[in-house]
Amino acid sequence: MTEGWLYIQAEVYPALLKGFWVSLQLIAPSALLGLAIGIMVGVLRIYGNRPVMAAANTFVAIFRGIPLVVQLFIWYFGLPHIGIYLSPFVASVLGFSLCSGAYHSEYIRGALLSIKRGQMLAAQSLGFSKVRMIISIILPQAIRRALPGCGNEIIYLIKYSSLAYMITCIELTGQGKILASNSFKYTEVFLMIGACYLVMTSVATIVLGRMEERLRIPGFEHRRT
Amino acid sequence: MTTPILRIENISKRYGKKDVLKGASLDVNKGDLKILIGPSGAGKSTLLQCINFLVKPDEGRIWLDEQEVHYANKRDLYAYRQKVGMIFQDFNLFDHLTALENVRIGMVRVKGMGKAEAGERAVLELERVGLKEHMQKYPAQLSGGQKQRVSIARALAMDPKVMLLDEPTSALDPELIGEVHAVIRDLGNNGMTMIMATHQIGFASSLASEILFMEDGRILERGTPDKIFNHAENARTQEFCSKITELYGERG
Repeated sequence: MTEGWLYIQAEVYPALLKGFWVSLQLIAPSALLGLAIGIMVGVLRIYGNRPVMAAANTFVAIFRGIPLVVQLFIWYFGLPHIGIYLSPFVASVLGFSLCSGAYHSEYIRGALLSIKRGQMLAAQSLGFSKVRMIISIILPQAIRRALPGCGNEIIYLIKYSSLAYMITCIELTGQGKILASNSFKYTEVFLMIGACYLVMTSVATIVLGRMEERLRIPGFEHRRT
Repeated sequence: MTTPILRIENISKRYGKKDVLKGASLDVNKGDLKILIGPSGAGKSTLLQCINFLVKPDEGRIWLDEQEVHYANKRDLYAYRQKVGMIFQDFNLFDHLTALENVRIGMVRVKGMGKAEAGERAVLELERVGLKEHMQKYPAQLSGGQKQRVSIARALAMDPKVMLLDEPTSALDPELIGEVHAVIRDLGNNGMTMIMATHQIGFASSLASEILFMEDGRILERGTPDKIFNHAENARTQEFCSKITELYGERG
């Protein structure tokens, strides 16, 4: 028993802590960038002209349609062939943001379509330009409506951030893999890793819930079950 | 001789093979209240939407204050729309903004006024339509009549020269029509120039400077309320007016 504790204290704890930080550093920028890309692409898919719309749709088809691991391999192992070298960290954030953005854009697109056309006519009749109308009238409503879906995507992101270790960005799962292959204590190590992810997703759920609460205004309530 | 504040000449609009407007022309003088009546599908709504280019007409020209509106030029179009307020049948308030913010946002985002100044003006406009005490409420918390009054305040805050009202009371419970009519009557008494499509002919005949009967994309007949409702020349006008009088009565 004491031997087990010693192992945890001396090796598991510091390694997992280090991995945990790397994971957070991967997730935070990817979540923000992904959301920004999602909003932009979502808007272009609805309000862009024909070629822009087609380009945005193609973007989603590619980044939602190719397995994320494959995308990461291309960024990290493929790009050097054309002379572009990305660090494992940058390649991971890039891969996560683009993939996450493709999914976010789907939620944003749905929310944009749910905004009544009449409000756009009203905005135009007041002299709003199209861009200004989208920014001040449409998006504030669409984002409120898309929030539950986008929150879901951020939870997914937390979990698929574990793929970064496949391109040698040693985050939480990567540290676990190293520990476990050294000690063969797969069950113990990965149970702890699973718990760490559960903590992250639970905190994210609470934060997202608070955000929804704060942005809630009469007429935009989501029915909770 | 007064020159018209708004001149609409030969506006036509076609959707696919259907001609919705077949050359409607109209001169509006300052302080006029022109009422458009006619059956559904006559083109009243399309004409109003063409006047501020929410629907782009296929043909026709429009002058405001003797300046022709070149709507293909975005800047001209946005400037023109600020001077032509529009009221919709289903209010079209911005759902994520309070009554006050609904009235303020156009002044801030389009006219570039400061928030504080625009806020003061918004309170004044809401007071004018009798909603000062409801200014912090969201559209979902307002009745239909209140929403329509907010939308009128929102349009007025832009200092329009002309107001277009597209059946402003058609979506309202009968009990709520009166409060909106009172606001519109008040506007008319203060000299606002208006073009309004409505079925409320009692109200229309008590206020209108001219009634225009539209059918099938054309203005078939025009004249004073007395002429249109009692001595119409066109058989279709007579028929429509007698039917609508039966439905909506003489009371305003």
